[in-house]
Amino acid sequence: MNDKAACGLFDSGHRACGGCGAAMAARLMLDAAGKDTIIVSSTGCMEVFSTPYPETAWKVPWIHSLFENNSAVASGIVASLAKQGRKEKVVAIGGDGATFDIGILCLSGAFERGHDFTYICYDNEAYMNTGIQRSGATPYDASTTTSPAGSCSFGNKRPKKDLPLILAAHGAPYVATASIAYPPDFKKKVEKAINTPGPCYIQVHAPCCTGWGFEGEKTIAIGKLAIETGLWVNYEMENGVVTKVKKVVRKPVEDYLIEQKRFRHLFKPKKNETEIAKIQALADRNAEKFGIDITLKK
Amino acid sequence: MALGTGCTARPGKSRNNRTGSWRVFRPAFIHERCTSCGMCRIVCPEGCIGENEEGLPVPDYDYCKGCGLCAEECPSEAIEMKKEEK
Repeated sequence: MNDKAACGLFDSGHRACGGCGAAMAARLMLDAAGKDTIIVSSTGCMEVFSTPYPETAWKVPWIHSLFENNSAVASGIVASLAKQGRKEKVVAIGGDGATFDIGILCLSGAFERGHDFTYICYDNEAYMNTGIQRSGATPYDASTTTSPAGSCSFGNKRPKKDLPLILAAHGAPYVATASIAYPPDFKKKVEKAINTPGPCYIQVHAPCCTGWGFEGEKTIAIGKLAIETGLWVNYEMENGVVTKVKKVVRKPVEDYLIEQKRFRHLFKPKKNETEIAKIQALADRNAEKFGIDITLKK
Repeated sequence: MALGTGCTARPGKSRNNRTGSWRVFRPAFIHERCTSCGMCRIVCPEGCIGENEEGLPVPDYDYCKGCGLCAEECPSEAIEMKKEEK
């Protein structure tokens, strides 16, 4: 019906929720990577919604093996392509559960061996596919099914793991964080990672309307709020040194928390000032560490 | 050696799955207000917004799930969400 084809290399008809951040990440990533790309996917939301057998939304070569070993599969493909003298680029994708928890062994191995591939983690901050269980990427005080908020708990007790720093410590030439709320920035980072020799890592913030508890139309607004409050920082790290940071005029973290059901216990029955202050302290620490604050002249 | 394990699917075969039936709200594109900035096409998680010959966005209602992200992000408020009537 359309004169110009609507979709790119990631086709319509996939079964992601309406307003899915990860589906947007997949489209943007393929737009930037182009058709000469081999995608290695770990188990997770993106694998399940894009490829329920016998359907697939991908229009590039795509392989799925297990939850834990996509970096190992990618390493094998890179080695085989090098032996054959072929030029295709290899991109491994995984959710935060596959990247932070289950697959970190293979990921660490692949980065240490220095294979020329790009790993993209779409970070929706819990195991969304299996029913919103907490992962190493779940932020402090978020309520999930395995860290439920209640009379004895304020939700997840641990702060988010700093995986970009762990991978930068492996000697990765390029490590970046991005957000689907800033599509051109994300695409630019994907292009840069793919064209940098050696193992590169991008962690893209992909808000999940089902898991976080907000309406599908708010996906981008929530992603922007995460950055504007300082709870998510968009930066680039080359050879272990931060070279570029997105600066913002910071808003209080409350603006971000109040929009989401996973933080609702911090506001009901009455506002929990102590816990919100702890989250604000995390944002302040991010701001200090990366220097994201823009000071306005009065 | 031929491996007999694993399964394969044709590229883009998910188009068999017409997700438009999920829709509760339907985006109405008001072309008079549209500036062809392309924001709706960038943000659509389905990738189901195309272009007509004037460069104006045209959604494919066979796949649009009606999430409303395009209407929310449209800078010229040229997309309105209306209750689906079936």
